[in-house]
Amino acid sequence: MLGEGILKGLAETAKNFAGSFVSEDRLTTVEYPEQRIPTAEAARVFPFLVYDGTDWEKGLRCVACQICEKECPPKCIYIEKSKDKKPDYVGKMQIYPARFDIDVSVCMSCQICVEVCPFEAIKMDTEFELSTSDRFGGLLFDREQLAKSNEHYHKIHPTEASEVDARLAEEKAKVEAKAKAAAAAAAAKAAAPAASVTAPVKSESTPAAGAPKAAEAAAAKPMAQTTTAAKAADAALNAPAAPSGKPAPASTEPPKTAAPDAGSKTSGE
Amino acid sequence: MQTVEQIKAAIEKAVPGAAVEVAPNPGPAAQHSLRIGPEHAVAVATFLRDDAELALDFLSNVTGVDWPDKEITEKVKVTRPVTKTVEGVEQTVEETVEETHKRVEPGYLESVYHLYSMAKKHGPVVIRMRTGNRTDRTELPSLTPVWRSGEFQEREVFDLYGIVFKGHPDLRRILMWDGFKDYPMRKDYVEPDDFEYEPTAHDEVLARAQEHRNREKGDEGTREPAAGGGGR
Amino acid sequence: MSETATDLRFSLARQEGWNRPPVVEPDGEGELLELAMGPHHPSTHGVFRMDVVLDGERVIKLKPVFGYLHRNHEKIAEKTSYLASMPYTDRLDYFCSLTNNWAYALAVEKLSGQEVPERAEYLRVILAELTRVQNHASSIGFLLQEMGASGTPLMYAFREREKVLDLFEGLTGSRMMCNYMRFGGCRVDASAAWLEQARKVVTELPVFVDEFEQFLRSNEILMARSQGMGVLRPELAINAGVTGPMLRASGVNYDIRKVDHYGIYDRFKFRVPLGDHWDIYDRYMVRMLEMRESIGILEQALKEIPGGPVMDPKAKIRGFRPKAGEAYGRIEAPKGELGFYLISDGSPNPYRYRVRPPSLINLTVLEDMCLGHNVADVVLIFGSVDIVLGEVDR
Repeated sequence: MLGEGILKGLAETAKNFAGSFVSEDRLTTVEYPEQRIPTAEAARVFPFLVYDGTDWEKGLRCVACQICEKECPPKCIYIEKSKDKKPDYVGKMQIYPARFDIDVSVCMSCQICVEVCPFEAIKMDTEFELSTSDRFGGLLFDREQLAKSNEHYHKIHPTEASEVDARLAEEKAKVEAKAKAAAAAAAAKAAAPAASVTAPVKSESTPAAGAPKAAEAAAAKPMAQTTTAAKAADAALNAPAAPSGKPAPASTEPPKTAAPDAGSKTSGE
Repeated sequence: MQTVEQIKAAIEKAVPGAAVEVAPNPGPAAQHSLRIGPEHAVAVATFLRDDAELALDFLSNVTGVDWPDKEITEKVKVTRPVTKTVEGVEQTVEETVEETHKRVEPGYLESVYHLYSMAKKHGPVVIRMRTGNRTDRTELPSLTPVWRSGEFQEREVFDLYGIVFKGHPDLRRILMWDGFKDYPMRKDYVEPDDFEYEPTAHDEVLARAQEHRNREKGDEGTREPAAGGGGR
Repeated sequence: MSETATDLRFSLARQEGWNRPPVVEPDGEGELLELAMGPHHPSTHGVFRMDVVLDGERVIKLKPVFGYLHRNHEKIAEKTSYLASMPYTDRLDYFCSLTNNWAYALAVEKLSGQEVPERAEYLRVILAELTRVQNHASSIGFLLQEMGASGTPLMYAFREREKVLDLFEGLTGSRMMCNYMRFGGCRVDASAAWLEQARKVVTELPVFVDEFEQFLRSNEILMARSQGMGVLRPELAINAGVTGPMLRASGVNYDIRKVDHYGIYDRFKFRVPLGDHWDIYDRYMVRMLEMRESIGILEQALKEIPGGPVMDPKAKIRGFRPKAGEAYGRIEAPKGELGFYLISDGSPNPYRYRVRPPSLINLTVLEDMCLGHNVADVVLIFGSVDIVLGEVDR
């Protein structure tokens, strides 16, 4: 019969039409804006700057290294460095951006700035309902508009934010342990006589200048002793990994290599 | 698939008088190419397409490349006779000095063809042709009569680089509009200064924007200044 | 089929002008009408213009005119680094951004000699085949839209396309402009939850393809309007550089996945559908059958995907400077052969960056196919070529 194919097709569409009253997945229209689908966790729209804590100026992670500005394909980021410095999350003094502009009418949401940032300072937001009536100024986001808190980052990208927080906490712990070990080694050096300055490990019979210093020196000695032993063992095990694989006991070596071992001890593995 | 040298030998046997040389390709890809002289190019192309062993019936890609003039500074040892006084006797001695020579290697335009074989399923064979220079001798023979797929691609090379393909059935601009002058993909192309500069310009774009704004202020232009950038 | 094509090719090659479009004589009295179809036209798949010369309703001459979407992508790439060109490749064929990414990554990996870990290869294949499925479904939907089906097949195709785009968003962060492949692997790893969702979508796809084919296969209007129309002879297709489903619908067995053995396609069993009659109906059928083959590849890949890293640990993200040299890398994109030709001079930006666009080269034979047909058929033939203007104009 002529027209049979068309009738078969119409039967298929009729089945779909009737089915849309009955089953959920036949009715695929989402009536936006009354109904919304939750966005995927990995979704990206425009970048924002992360700050830790409650004060956005003090907690801003960005150190104005301008790597994102250089790597941005359409060059929509404009950074001006500050003249003074402020402490970052580990306490080191860093410069910060006096001005950080992103022109979102140019930004193409490619996420390359997030990929290349070494300080976990810029991340992708998921806010897309950003219409404005000011064509030039309204689409130029400055530092204050871009700075959003770490809690906001946790809310929109929970898995990523937890990973970033874990990584930053580890970095912070490493730096703190290094500082502690350096302070202890300096104290041990100060406590030991000037002659035996090359081998702080051997200086056992130190004329202790005060009990706390001796206690610190005593604490530093076993750490330094185990450090050299562990260092030799470590060097033997993972020679290609450590940059200073050769166990050459220079006087500057123990504080540096004390850090990873001390770090591994303090982070409780 | 035959190596580049074997293909070169086959071409030279089939088309006597053809100027073919191997252009080696440094780097890991090792896709060496053959440079062909323009006089016998159509004959070489027809041979490559119709040869029973090569059967390169599929022209995949036509590319234009611009190699501008290069100024080369090199130190050259020059030996020349010099009259010197040696022990009171005047003599002509050969003396070697090192001099710095500057020369300009003339630039040229190039068109590169990537050939594959659908019958034998091998490839690519890359052939290249060079023009005389970048200014007045920019003609090359068109390979469109041999492979139809060159029709739009050679038009694009003409449009963007300025290589005139002789023998092309319909050579006119394809991507730019018909009245356009100049050839955009060349390395020395200067873009027309009719942009609206975005507020986040930096480095050279910012310098151009500021120069543009100064010029506009001098002319008392009525365009609104770009918000932000260096001026906010 | 390809043997006959070869013989015909050799015999016709002796004639002069065999690969030029034939000259059609007007056969009525009266004047010829010159019409510009486009660039503002709902059926031209973008801003595209065709200057047709008509004798009544019959096409005497047809010249395509494009360049309305020219964004000088190749010149921009000469000023930006290799990594920063990757988001721009998304916007070439904006329907299939992941295959564009893969073609560019393949060309750069050939240029610099980088290796890709196995899990990354599997992910690339999975995403490329998902792209192919949604592209072919949309292409058939658009073809039927132009036949007058007023959107129903298109909406059915888009319903499945939404599922695939949700998958892309879950993995890469964006539905269409994915920017996911990197030189030496992929940007982020796929979680187990994502792979589960992908398996669920792939189980639902054959149901959709069956339904889609069911109400289109014996549709009389489709058959009357597309069979015998827009015939493209195989020897002309080969000579004009046509690739992709259009070439295979003209009976030539050339699929770059089988010829070049790029990626890990050798591990998957899939067939290459070929057409017998070289017309629009064959192109529609080839796309339908390729969708089924892609679903087969997806099922195999999702079953076999191994663990491991997704990025070559020696690969550099910033400061990537390949050695001087050149490379041409190509893949079987859903529209045809997408190739990238890169010349590097050791600096962080490429010296010459060329995109070989399948849509542009497939348009070379548009005139040959449309001559002698009516204006209404021109729209159909043009729809069966399946072009995207972002790729034609770059």
